[in-house]
Amino acid sequence: MAKKNRSGSTVSLTLNKTVVYVVCIVLALLSILPFWIMFVNATRSTEEIQSGLSLIPSMHFKTNLDVLLSKSFDPLKGFFNSLMISGFSTICAVYFSSLTAYALVAYNWKMRQAFFTVIMLVMMIPAQASAIGFYKMMYQLHWTNNFLPLILPSIAAPAIVFFMRQYLLATLSMEIVEASRIDGAGEFYTFNRIVMPIMVPAIATQAIFAFVASWNNLFMPLILLTEKSKYTLPIMVSLLKGDIYKTEFGSIYMGLSLTVLPLFVIYFLLSRYIIAGVALGGVKE
Amino acid sequence: MRRKGINYSKFGYLFSLPFLLAFLVFSFYPVLYTAVIGFTDMKGVIPKPVHILDHPFDNFKYLLFDNVSFRTSLSNTALIWILNFIPQMAFALLLTAWFTNQRLKVRGQGAFKVLLYMPNIITASTIAVLFNSLFSYPMGPINSLFETFGWIHEPVNFLQDKTTARGIVAFIQFWMWYGNTMIILIAGVMGINPALFEAASIDGASGWQIFFRVTLPSLRTIMLYTLITSTIGGLQLFDIPQLFLYGGPDDATLTTSVFIYGQAFKGSYMFNRAAAASMIMFAIAAVLAGLLFYLMRDRDAARARKANRIRNKAAKAAARGV
Repeated sequence: MAKKNRSGSTVSLTLNKTVVYVVCIVLALLSILPFWIMFVNATRSTEEIQSGLSLIPSMHFKTNLDVLLSKSFDPLKGFFNSLMISGFSTICAVYFSSLTAYALVAYNWKMRQAFFTVIMLVMMIPAQASAIGFYKMMYQLHWTNNFLPLILPSIAAPAIVFFMRQYLLATLSMEIVEASRIDGAGEFYTFNRIVMPIMVPAIATQAIFAFVASWNNLFMPLILLTEKSKYTLPIMVSLLKGDIYKTEFGSIYMGLSLTVLPLFVIYFLLSRYIIAGVALGGVKE
Repeated sequence: MRRKGINYSKFGYLFSLPFLLAFLVFSFYPVLYTAVIGFTDMKGVIPKPVHILDHPFDNFKYLLFDNVSFRTSLSNTALIWILNFIPQMAFALLLTAWFTNQRLKVRGQGAFKVLLYMPNIITASTIAVLFNSLFSYPMGPINSLFETFGWIHEPVNFLQDKTTARGIVAFIQFWMWYGNTMIILIAGVMGINPALFEAASIDGASGWQIFFRVTLPSLRTIMLYTLITSTIGGLQLFDIPQLFLYGGPDDATLTTSVFIYGQAFKGSYMFNRAAAASMIMFAIAAVLAGLLFYLMRDRDAARARKANRIRNKAAKAAARGV
């Protein structure tokens, strides 16, 4: 009986393996195909796109780009605006989250536990819960069409504080901090020159995620930025759906491709770290 | 050798001050302000004197009992979330079972993870417009593809059909997130004590038995975490329905966030109603978050109690030994 079972299981193992690879390859294709069609169609003329599906690039890259740029779509401006907002908000998010995490780990203060609980609770507040009040407040401050309300709120990034705290608890030894104190360094100096370098791996991971989240954000910029010259790339994407490009399919695909090209570059350069970061985010014990 | 004690605790307060200030100014105050607006008659683009309503709960009552769109938006949000979450969890679990199976030894796992996770990092707005173009009618990539395979004989206007449109939004959401859930679950499996798997296979358990009896129970906390974060994320679903079909056709993909945006920033600028809707959404999120805290804390406490009991037993045994 044991023997029969074993030979049976070898057959079923090969069968299983085939099923596993087929399913995985189909899912992988499902991930690639929409973007592949997008990039290919960006190089095809409207007539070609209308005549059917193709997976081989065509020759109309230049025409599509020219048509795209001749109307209100300005990808360079959008790229620059998105880069400004995402860049500065990433810096704010990782620096101040590290500082807050250090305050939670290195010092023994009365409100420490309460403060940490508040941070955990704040993580759950949906952006829409404060959106109307936030908009009205910025309207009264004349801060609409300004990048500051999209950058400064990232100083309080609870999820990053949570992650940084876990990291510091595992890696920071108070002896280093003590040694720095004996050498006469101030607390702020110690944080910047001794603790920050220790945190570089955690900062790098969190910076990638903070940057991508800010880069992809649509809701807040859409509410706050009404001037065309201030649009970020995700808002510009909505222009592609409007009437101005109604029949210029190639240009629509071109515009879509341009908005995500930087992300593809970042992703394929850093995918190892990104995947590792996602895995770490889930194991919160 | 004892140095004079310096009290460093003030730096704890000082270093968490930026966080606290940013939170109070950009998050706490706006939430309160939104709540207040929900009780007023604030509307229109031009600022006018704002009054608290004679019956303060009128906006809430109106939304919950008289506004069909709002109720549709709540049920759409729930429906789209369920349609995305069930296959998302199913696929993530299946792939986790395969990728962590010691006997299958799936090759190219790194590449598969990179590809399956990829849609998650791409701008949701772009994905929404891209899918809108892919499903376009009468000539679009999906229509051509289906015709080539012979699945359809004439072009189908997918985006005019309410069920199909809702299904596509749920599919996009599934497609963007199952890779993420899978990676989290695989990391969870890596964290399980390998001795458990060894013991099970020595006892003659099959691959599926090991998965259902050992792996799944150990993943409960992580699955719960995914469930709640996904619910709160799903509650806020905005980019995809907004740019895919602006909530249409006939409100079929109108989610709560799209409703709030539409009330406040389109047409009549009903800030009060949008604020009231935000607060209802906030209440739902708060209940869900409370549930998460309750379930997580309970488990931790139970574990601590258990560890304590074992320690006591060991201490007693040791005492007896002496």
